[in-house]
Amino acid sequence: MPSYLAYLLRRLGQFVLVVFIGVNIAFFVTHATPIDPVEQTISATTSFGSTSPEAVALMRQSLRDLYGLQGGLWHQYLTFWSRVVRGDFGPSLSAFPTPVSVLIGRALPWTAGLLMTATLISWAAGNLLGGLAGYYRESRTLRAAGVLVMGLHPIPYYILAFVLLILFGYVWPVLPISGGAQMNLPPRLDLQYVGSVLLHSVLPLSSLVLVGIGGWFMGMRSLVSNIVTEDYVAFAELGGVSPRRILLSYVMRNALMPQVTGLAMSLGAIFNGAIITEQVFGYPGLGSLLIDAVHAGDYSLVLGITTVSIVAVASAVLVIDLLYPLVDPRARIR
Amino acid sequence: MGRTIWDLLRTNRAFAAGLVLLGLVMAVALLSFVSPYPPNDAYVVPPDVPPCWAYPLGTNSRGQDVFWQLSVAIRNTLAFGITVAAISRCLALTIGMVAGYAGGLIDRVLMSVNDTFIVIPLFPILVLFYFVMRDRMSWALLALVMACLGWAYDARLIRSVALSLRAREFTETAIFSGMSMRQVLLREHLPFVLPIVFSTTMNNINWSIGMEVTLSVLGFTDINTPTIGVMLYWANQHTAMVAGIWWWIAAPVALVVITFLGLFLLAVSMNEFIDPRSRLNRVRG
Repeated sequence: MPSYLAYLLRRLGQFVLVVFIGVNIAFFVTHATPIDPVEQTISATTSFGSTSPEAVALMRQSLRDLYGLQGGLWHQYLTFWSRVVRGDFGPSLSAFPTPVSVLIGRALPWTAGLLMTATLISWAAGNLLGGLAGYYRESRTLRAAGVLVMGLHPIPYYILAFVLLILFGYVWPVLPISGGAQMNLPPRLDLQYVGSVLLHSVLPLSSLVLVGIGGWFMGMRSLVSNIVTEDYVAFAELGGVSPRRILLSYVMRNALMPQVTGLAMSLGAIFNGAIITEQVFGYPGLGSLLIDAVHAGDYSLVLGITTVSIVAVASAVLVIDLLYPLVDPRARIR
Repeated sequence: MGRTIWDLLRTNRAFAAGLVLLGLVMAVALLSFVSPYPPNDAYVVPPDVPPCWAYPLGTNSRGQDVFWQLSVAIRNTLAFGITVAAISRCLALTIGMVAGYAGGLIDRVLMSVNDTFIVIPLFPILVLFYFVMRDRMSWALLALVMACLGWAYDARLIRSVALSLRAREFTETAIFSGMSMRQVLLREHLPFVLPIVFSTTMNNINWSIGMEVTLSVLGFTDINTPTIGVMLYWANQHTAMVAGIWWWIAAPVALVVITFLGLFLLAVSMNEFIDPRSRLNRVRG
């Protein structure tokens, strides 16, 4: 199927471009700024007690090596890329000598799990509710639901998570407000551990879903209320097709395509929300790791997380793009 | 313009509600100019007083009146959002309109770059930026960086409008009568693009305020310029929630949520106004 191949290549090209520009921004931010991370780390570590000048010189040398900051700018650029491609960002300074990649590898499954569940729930629920609200415009329950989810939508992730934390942590303490699972519980695939993980994910998950659902709801509602006025829907109604069938296979099916594209487009923003939410609830994912790394002054770890985030989001978008022809048959032939 | 606003006010309750909410927020922000205390002075009033007649929103653990602190904070926060929106509007308008008008290779290249900026997760990049800048991080610098990163989604919307304008007859007429590309874009297309620019501006202000609040709460901005996020940062530093000083947290959260709802309602009602079908629905129903 040559046209599908062309589509595939175009999407792959976009993926490469996202990674290329993203990594360049990361390089630019770290190298064009007037602050030298090496001097920063040195002044942080030598601020207590006295250190001999020879030791500082040695330290400067090894830190330059560690951060990939030796040689000219072009050399540093190539070093940077070779590290990105190998996924090797050197050892972490705050958790020495654990490599940055190990720390990220430990945190990534938590973020991915949280993000995927939240995105799927809010996307499915928002589209379903929005579709119903666009089709049954007179329903009072659906209108009320619409006002609720749209009222929650503009609130930034941080504020909503914070409010949930106060409500369920101080006012009515029923849910665990921090961590990914109960402490001192061995990570095994048994009922107790999985239950604990699920319980701990309730608050971060609900704050992500509550913010996310409104956007899909609004998009789907306006798409559906436009499609209902099309002639073919009127014909189907006159032909006696059941309303349920009209809604699901005539209207929603068509409205779903822009929503899938929209999902790919908004993944970066959802990722931002996830790492912010994680930080509020102390969830052991990339977000908490990133904030801790900043506080610890861990240059390699911050840089590593930023780069991995860019690559991870770009890959997720690529997966959605590659699945898109399944929803839209036109992408297969065009 | 005045007529449009009046029509919207009469027929669209969401627009009226948004305007009222934003008016309230603006009033609080404007009061900051008559604040009796300089914003950064601490211990000017007795600390930890709950809301009462003398201090309508109470005082915080740093001995500041929460109400006056709040009014300076919301002024700075709004100013930040508007600055980011203004700068990124220039980028989004230029790129969106040129891409839609020029088409072909230019359009494809611009939109590839555009999609890239939509997809890249900005929060880690902003954190990285703070990490390398540290104490040199300032309000203006953050606004500039966020504007440079946050134009892409709106540029795509503007381009879709420009694309349909390009196909209209009056564009051909303008070209044949010898107008340059710049003239066509500025004189012929811009008026049609403005409504959507208005709604994207509201959304962009929302986005940038949300980002600013998040970064400041974590302490990743200049924490000596009071903004809503910085207020929450200091409240967290003094563990206000555990100490039971709830008004220190509740006041900024409530005000910023009102701001978000107001901006959002304006954006949504403007979008509805642009789309003739939903406007018709509203007039009929």
